[in-house]
Amino acid sequence: MTVRSKELSHLNEMLLKMASLVESAIKGSVESLVERDSDLAEKVIKADRAINTLDVEIDEECIRLLALKQPMGKDLRVITTAMKITTDLERIADNAVNVAERTLELNQEPLLKPYIDIPKMSRIVQGMVRDTITAFVNEDVKLAKDVIRRDDTVDDLNEMVWKELMLIMSQDSGTVSRAVKITYISKYLERVGDHATNIAETVVYMVQGKIIRHMLSDQL
Amino acid sequence: MNNNSHEARLALIKSKLKMRYAKEKIFKTLGIAAIVVALSMLVILFASIISTGYSAFQQTFIKLDITLEMEEIDPENTGDIEVMSRADYAGIVKSTLRQMFPDVKDRREKRDLYSIVSFGAAFQLRDMVMADPGIIGKTLTVWVPADDDLDMYMKGHIKAGEEGSGRIKEQKLEWINTLIDNGAIEKRFNTALFTNGDSREPELAGIWGAAVGSIYTMLVTLLLSFPLGVATAVYLEEFAPKNIWTDIIEVNINNLAAVPSIVFGLLGLAVFLNFFGLPRSAPIVGALVLTLMTLPTIIIASRASLLAVPPSIREGALGVGASKMQSVMHHVLPLALPGMLTGTIIGMARALGETAPLLMIGMVAFIVDIPTGIFDKATVLPVQIYLWADSPERAFMERTSAAIIVLLGFLLIMNAAAVILRKKFEQRW
Amino acid sequence: MTISRDDIIQTVGSPLIDNGNVKISCRDVNVYYGEKKAIKNVSVDIAEREITAFIGPSGCGKSTFLRCINRMNDTIKTCRVEGDITIDDENIYDRNLDPVLLRARIGMVFQKPNPFPKSIYQNVAYGPRIHGLARDKAELDEIVITSLQKAGLFNEVKDQLDQPGTSLSGGQQQRLCIARAISVQPEIILMDEPCSALDPIATAKIEELMEELHENFTIIIVTHSMQQAARVSQRTAFFHLGNLIEVNDTNTIFVNPDHKLTQDYISGRYG
Repeated sequence: MTVRSKELSHLNEMLLKMASLVESAIKGSVESLVERDSDLAEKVIKADRAINTLDVEIDEECIRLLALKQPMGKDLRVITTAMKITTDLERIADNAVNVAERTLELNQEPLLKPYIDIPKMSRIVQGMVRDTITAFVNEDVKLAKDVIRRDDTVDDLNEMVWKELMLIMSQDSGTVSRAVKITYISKYLERVGDHATNIAETVVYMVQGKIIRHMLSDQL
Repeated sequence: MNNNSHEARLALIKSKLKMRYAKEKIFKTLGIAAIVVALSMLVILFASIISTGYSAFQQTFIKLDITLEMEEIDPENTGDIEVMSRADYAGIVKSTLRQMFPDVKDRREKRDLYSIVSFGAAFQLRDMVMADPGIIGKTLTVWVPADDDLDMYMKGHIKAGEEGSGRIKEQKLEWINTLIDNGAIEKRFNTALFTNGDSREPELAGIWGAAVGSIYTMLVTLLLSFPLGVATAVYLEEFAPKNIWTDIIEVNINNLAAVPSIVFGLLGLAVFLNFFGLPRSAPIVGALVLTLMTLPTIIIASRASLLAVPPSIREGALGVGASKMQSVMHHVLPLALPGMLTGTIIGMARALGETAPLLMIGMVAFIVDIPTGIFDKATVLPVQIYLWADSPERAFMERTSAAIIVLLGFLLIMNAAAVILRKKFEQRW
Repeated sequence: MTISRDDIIQTVGSPLIDNGNVKISCRDVNVYYGEKKAIKNVSVDIAEREITAFIGPSGCGKSTFLRCINRMNDTIKTCRVEGDITIDDENIYDRNLDPVLLRARIGMVFQKPNPFPKSIYQNVAYGPRIHGLARDKAELDEIVITSLQKAGLFNEVKDQLDQPGTSLSGGQQQRLCIARAISVQPEIILMDEPCSALDPIATAKIEELMEELHENFTIIIVTHSMQQAARVSQRTAFFHLGNLIEVNDTNTIFVNPDHKLTQDYISGRYG
């Protein structure tokens, strides 16, 4: 007997729910940074517990399906992909929590400079997370590959933020502690982009059965 | 393993291969030879029976122009059947013969002349008158059976004047030639063989009496042995507990199947005739004895076919809540029935050919009348064959073979019935 | 780990159900074939409207135990059953209980499809007929049709109800046997390796059918395919050499078994 579509769509629903929680965690954390809203940051940190619970639930469901339904072919790839996606999503959520934690620290000090690139990065990675999950649900390889390409923009933005903050730090040593935290945040967002890319790559594997993990983006 | 030894091994196998094929060939040849021998024996048997028996299906008839004078049959013109039946029909036949050969004067010659037609001619005339008294006073052309010696002569089995069969004398030969010249002698289909009972006169003897006796006996045997045998088999196979008693019964049934049939005859004599006082020579007693004889066969065959019904059918029935009885009656028995029928018919075929036990209960008596019921005196086909084979007349020899052909025909029909019934009721599962 | 034929092992997992959803409860059941002990001190509860799977290597006693539940073992002369088996708190080995009545409450499906060599209609109608469940022909027709529908066979055979049941394919025959079993509206269906003679597609159909049936019936399935047990059942019991080694919900048995023997068996290390 194959894994029934009811069980697979239940798995999809859980993943969608987790993805939307993760996405709003990124959004919330960067918003709390930009708006200097410590309450929002606290909320993001607390919300992580729900994401962790979902992570465990999805894992257990996948193990149950693997053990009891002996999925084969596409079903097998869907379930193993789901297991990988949930790990990546959980790590993305951890990064959002990290952003929120740095925000709480930054909120103790005066604003260094208005944020321009970081909200931009945030918007891009949120879009990436959203689109990878859409690609997973719709088995959309094109969208997944598009997500992988977008990661380059995130990397470039991260580079720019670094360079800018290095400049600020070299001019005024009093800014170092704040600037370092902001570079961290930029790094966290860049990591989110990497995890979203991982997810996109496993989606391609799920649909096509082809592992593209370590290829360059122009080989896609 | 290196290449060398591999080749050596193949060569070794190859060298033995020829002998293996040769052995196979010898085995096949022996098998075919065995079949050929068996078949040729069968062909010889059939050829000898049919070649001696086929002529019995024909009988020589002589044409007589008989005038049925009123004063000879019913002198007072009473119209009474009683009177008519007592008339001297033999005399009429004799006078007709005298008219046909007017120059026969001598008493001995006359006796010879009378003996060219059968005794049966007189009975035939009487039967004609009884059936239609209106023919009295008319002259009729009647074909009457010839005497067996003349019949044998006409069929070429004996020659005139020959030593040992010298009953056809010179003079008789003359008469026969005259009859042939007049077209007054002819071979016709021997209906008497199929409609008459036994007779001392071969030309009048028929197998119908024995056949009817056989049919009655078989019918009663079937009615007794089939239900009894099937019921016993069903009980033993499906219901009986497994213990020492059922084991003893089983061993005894198997032993009974091997008991010589004459022993059953003795048993019948002692129990049915002497103890219960049933009539001698009656089909009912024969049937009882044959029932005893066929029961073990039927029980064994029925048990085997019950055993062949897969247990899954029983389980299926029990699984939906059928009782033991229902599962047997609704499912097991219908499936086992074809096998049971085959076993029964094979047992019946054996009973049909059985002689020995019937000799013991008196079915070997000389019985002319066709039996009308199971309590009448009767004989059966195989006993009839035995009786005829023992008779000295040459004409009984061919009749013996004819009766064997008829008996074989019966067996063939029964075996065909077994095959047809099996095909009809057989179900796959 | 080795155990010998004479060892009696304490069942691990959760053989007894404490949430009250018990249909069949077995306590200290021992089954003997002559002198040989085929089932050793088995105590287990079977939940209502669930599929319970009995797994284990050949000759472990799972079929023997299954056949105790509808007293099919009564037909084997040397077989003797000790202990209590109760269905809805009624002891089925009670002297006053009629095994025929019991089997009307418990349907059974066998290893080899065994339709009667009669028409499809007669196969299904047989049970209701002998129990007098239908008052007239129309009612009997309805029972036959609904039973075939529940067994997922009606659409395939509706135009050939008068054809012999044995003319169907193996999988169809087995579904016909299921229809026959449910035609008497039993509470429990026992299945003794129902798919062992079927190809994978026919097997999948039977398994789907079981998923639907367990909403109305308590089902026990004996299977030598642990994958099948994993796929269809809610609870699984593992037998070994007449012992009930472990009982638990199927997920636990297959993901996190307690007993070493269970682990070895489900991972195919023996058996």
